[in-house]
Amino acid sequence: MSEDIKPRIRVPSSIKKGDMVEVKTLVSHVMETGQRKDAQGKTIPRKIVNRFTCAYNGKMVIDMKIEPAISANPYISFFFRAVDSGKLEMAWTEDGGAVAKAEQAITVS
Amino acid sequence: MRIPVVTSAPDRRRLLMTATAGGAALVAGALLARRAAATPESARALLQTLAKGDYKDGKISLKAPEIAENGNTVPITVMVDSKMEGADRVKKIHVVADGNPLPGVLSMEFGEGSGKVEVQFRIRLAETQKLVAVAEMGDGALYSVTREIKVTIGGCGG
Repeated sequence: MSEDIKPRIRVPSSIKKGDMVEVKTLVSHVMETGQRKDAQGKTIPRKIVNRFTCAYNGKMVIDMKIEPAISANPYISFFFRAVDSGKLEMAWTEDGGAVAKAEQAITVS
Repeated sequence: MRIPVVTSAPDRRRLLMTATAGGAALVAGALLARRAAATPESARALLQTLAKGDYKDGKISLKAPEIAENGNTVPITVMVDSKMEGADRVKKIHVVADGNPLPGVLSMEFGEGSGKVEVQFRIRLAETQKLVAVAEMGDGALYSVTREIKVTIGGCGG
């Protein structure tokens, strides 16, 4: 994976059982569309994050297929229902197959 | 653009049609020279390959700015009114845009860990265009919503 990808994740600091919890994620990525041309008129090859997934204690929360229409440094936020303490596992897949992974511990009170 | 000529209706219409047709041809020529662009038809065709069937109104909604000053990053929220159980569960959502170089925006699937459907992301819009989102429910019903977003500065480089 290009080293320019750095996942940042934010969840509320206190979570109660049964809460609907918003997860905000951001990765640094150019999301090169494959539509642009360089100074020589050659097309700059496409290089985007094409998939984002999140699982909560092994259960799928969201699985996204992403097209070049998503902005650079893709921001994605979504909700899950907190039933137990555990962890969120997230993965961003880049064109070419490289994967950036991130984990977020969830403590339910 | 409005042509400030007061004539009888058919004349005016013909004048407008000639003007727009000529204009459209010019614009299309200029665009095609650069890149193939999505059209409402290709966006609809893509949606039908992703979620085949007739779309009903309701349940799904799109939150987006009416006017996006910067087409490079337009915040979008897609929401579905659902308890995420049984037939009412949201299985998938597809989003397409009809005026970008390519019509696809994203597709997402929701699993059993999902709480409610309210997903936010940021998209690129090359020009003023319509955004269409379709939700596929647990019982196979399809709901769609369309939003037009005016774009001041396009966001597809090029």
